[in-house]
Amino acid sequence: MAHSQSDISALIPLPPATFHILMAVAQEDRHGYGIIQDVIRRTNGELKLSAGTLYRSVQRMLEQGLIDETDDRPAPELDDERRRYYRISAFGTAVARAETRRMTQLVRMARTQGLLPERA
Amino acid sequence: MRFYRALLHLYPISFRREYGAEMSALFDVRVRQTSRGFGMMVLWLATIVEVIANAAAVHWDVLRHDLRYTVRTLVRSPGFALTAILVTALGIGANTAAFSVADFVLLRPLPFADPDRLVKLWESPPGPGRFELSPPNYRDYESQNKSFSAMGAFHNTSVNLVGQGDPQRLTGSAMTADVMPMLGVKPLIGRLFTAEDQQKDNYGNVVLSYGLWQRTFGGDAAVLGQRVLLNGDPSVIIGIMPRDFHFPTAETAMWTLMPRSERENDERDNTWFQSIARLKPGVSIEQARAQMNVIAASLAQRYPKDNKGIGAAVITLRDELSTQSQLMLIALCGAAICVLLIACANLANLLIARSLVRRRELDVRLALGAGRERLVRQLMTESLVIAAIGGALGVAIAVTSVPLLSRLVPNSLPLADTPTVDLRVLVVAALVTALTGIAFGVFPALRASGKGDLSALREGSRSGGGRRARVRSALVVVEVMASVVLLVSSGLLLRALSRVESTDPGFQTDGIVTMRTALPRPQYDSNTVREQFYHRVLDGVKALPGVQNAAYVSFLPMTMGGGIFPVEANGVPSNGADGRNASVRYATPAYFATMGIPIRAGRDVEETDEINRPQVAVVSESFAKKYFPGENAVTKSFKTTMGELEIVGVVGDIKVRGLERTSEPQMYLSYRQQRGPSFPFFMPKDLVIRATAPMAQLVPAVRRIVHEADPTLPISSVQSMASIVSDQTATRAVQVRVIVAFAAIAFFLAAVGIHGLLAFAVSTRKHEIGVRMALGAQRGAIVGLVVRQGVVLALCGVIPGIALAYAAGKTMQSLLFGVEPGDAVTFAAAAALCVVMTLAGSLLPVLRAVRVAPATVFRGE
Repeated sequence: MAHSQSDISALIPLPPATFHILMAVAQEDRHGYGIIQDVIRRTNGELKLSAGTLYRSVQRMLEQGLIDETDDRPAPELDDERRRYYRISAFGTAVARAETRRMTQLVRMARTQGLLPERA
Repeated sequence: MRFYRALLHLYPISFRREYGAEMSALFDVRVRQTSRGFGMMVLWLATIVEVIANAAAVHWDVLRHDLRYTVRTLVRSPGFALTAILVTALGIGANTAAFSVADFVLLRPLPFADPDRLVKLWESPPGPGRFELSPPNYRDYESQNKSFSAMGAFHNTSVNLVGQGDPQRLTGSAMTADVMPMLGVKPLIGRLFTAEDQQKDNYGNVVLSYGLWQRTFGGDAAVLGQRVLLNGDPSVIIGIMPRDFHFPTAETAMWTLMPRSERENDERDNTWFQSIARLKPGVSIEQARAQMNVIAASLAQRYPKDNKGIGAAVITLRDELSTQSQLMLIALCGAAICVLLIACANLANLLIARSLVRRRELDVRLALGAGRERLVRQLMTESLVIAAIGGALGVAIAVTSVPLLSRLVPNSLPLADTPTVDLRVLVVAALVTALTGIAFGVFPALRASGKGDLSALREGSRSGGGRRARVRSALVVVEVMASVVLLVSSGLLLRALSRVESTDPGFQTDGIVTMRTALPRPQYDSNTVREQFYHRVLDGVKALPGVQNAAYVSFLPMTMGGGIFPVEANGVPSNGADGRNASVRYATPAYFATMGIPIRAGRDVEETDEINRPQVAVVSESFAKKYFPGENAVTKSFKTTMGELEIVGVVGDIKVRGLERTSEPQMYLSYRQQRGPSFPFFMPKDLVIRATAPMAQLVPAVRRIVHEADPTLPISSVQSMASIVSDQTATRAVQVRVIVAFAAIAFFLAAVGIHGLLAFAVSTRKHEIGVRMALGAQRGAIVGLVVRQGVVLALCGVIPGIALAYAAGKTMQSLLFGVEPGDAVTFAAAAALCVVMTLAGSLLPVLRAVRVAPATVFRGE
């Protein structure tokens, strides 16, 4: 399905959960539990997606065409048949990039206003 | 885990099916990672909150999605959307309007404290009707009753208010001090009358209505304590009532305390006290009725001359309206329900037809994996959206049209004269709307999910099976049936209206202008003063260009029904309640000529019929016939409360009590023979003028003349005689107009229903029609095929419809003014209209059928 720039703009800014899920499936296909784990790892445990939030987001993202469900499954000994695997779509990548650009610009603007982050 | 799975039921089915297993597995992992005890409790609490919040969010997502989809599909088929919304709006609008008025008049609690316990007490004579109480009877009921915690008396007064701009003629109410506290009302500002006022006979105080206060005193709170002239007497304004206080009726503009002379009046045969009472706690209205009748019986025994055969009637304040007004409103609601029924049937048919057309789309979606539950939900959302938009439009129609129905509010109730739509009616409208949406959304939705054999996907399949066709036909039959009931009912009411309108009132209505110049007492107690006034005004008016005649009379016909006095003639005595009575009016000469009432024998009253001459009377034909049957009544004498009178003339009868009611025989007395202030209520005060000059030109000139004769006199009730007569039928006319409008809607909807069904039948039978044509069928045969179906449908609806219409006519017979409920003309007209409706509904489908080209049909195969 061809998506235009306006389709992308319509989705931006992304809800944080959606952006995290996109990042989680950007590099490799993941199932629900895998996504939750990945988000926890990347945020040092600050964000723990609940099952409800995850699947509600997944359902909407599937409808919006940000991710696809994939039939490629890992080796049977590593698989659980209840699991479903998701991967980012081309449109999802475009949207995630647009969101990254938006946030980068925002950060840059904040910096020019002297709003430097505190040193950890 | 079982509990978690149960919690998942909060999500939409489709979502649960899709993700339930994985969510359970995830939760399972978390449970295993959590330590027992406090940690587990926290997990569970957090999970419950999380599931509830997310389930609501998913439902919201689904709703938003369905709403978007609905808007898209409705925009894609605007014809369907507009028809469905309009049909719903008409159904809901008609019902909201009708029930708002009915609720306002019949159901809504009156704005008084504990209003269900308030009753009115009447004297009930042996025949039909009821009287006010005589003051001594009222006092006896009050002192002997054990049923009421309080009782009060009041009567209407007519008051000239002078000194506040132009003099005004107002309706007031004089009451005992108990009435207002009994109603449980408080003044907006100031105070009410107290028992102390009554004891000290301190009756120079007045309480104003909100309307009068705003209109005449500019809503200024400083009016409290101000002096005003009421009928020439100074009175002090002590209070203002709130805006929604109307008692005893909406036209009452002020309240005064009833003076002792009236409270202690001793005439047991003069009934003019209205009485209101509050039932004691625990006493039922039946008990009160029984007790009042015991008192009535003892009064009849003690005062047989005045009270023989007189019982007591106790009626709740809410029920103080004629059965005719009640019936009119009930008929209106019945008609509205018919419209709703037709609208619902039409909507159901539209939705079914649409679901058949969309069958392919729905089956494709099923085949692509959309859950049935999602489809059902989608269709339900669609019909709810249609119902909601239609309902909102309907309520808007109702809110704008309800004030137009104010004529249907009877003036006998303590209510404002304009009905309003209140929250309760809106809630009912919303419920009806939702029910309409759900009921008629479920039907096609269930059908859509019924079987998933994907038959529609097979090329050439023709949708619309036998069972569904039967349901659709049944719906159309119901529409036809209900519209027949409405057509016949409105026809009967129209005939009744035209019959009432063509009733001869006994006088000419055209070219007569009337107005009231009430003469205050005691200034006008003297005959000389009164006669001077009449002469000045009448001479002045008659001299105006375009005026042919003018006269004064006590009351115009149809504006006051009372003034009935006993007649003792040919040696037969009367007690007034036995039907030997007549209505009395004092008149100046030329009253009959001015009104166009024919003089049948003898003469008019004349200037020579003065106070020192024998009393004379002009009587109506029915009077002469009743009391002097077979004789020439002129020169005969009879007795009445005014003394012995000699008949000098006989005139035509007039409808004193109005077009629809039976009137007593009439007698007219000479204005010069009204002795001093006797019967002050009957002082001629209504001026009638026969003129060719237009009213707009005449009235200012007459005002000037009256003002010159007495600058303090208000002129009120300026109206043409024609409008007084047409006011008689105004309520009826409004009701008939509304019901005719309902019938027109019904007629239109039923025709649309027939059209829809036949059009669909033709499109599904295209193939058959093509084959028939290819085999040589004539166009006539094809037309017959389609029309036959329409005629069968119409007949199936018309036959039971006629039976129902007859039953409806029977129940509203008392509204029909003698038109038979089985009136042949009406039924024939309704049947003819049904033929037109069927033909109109069949027209387009027939055209489409005869245009079927066999070749195209076969090419499509």
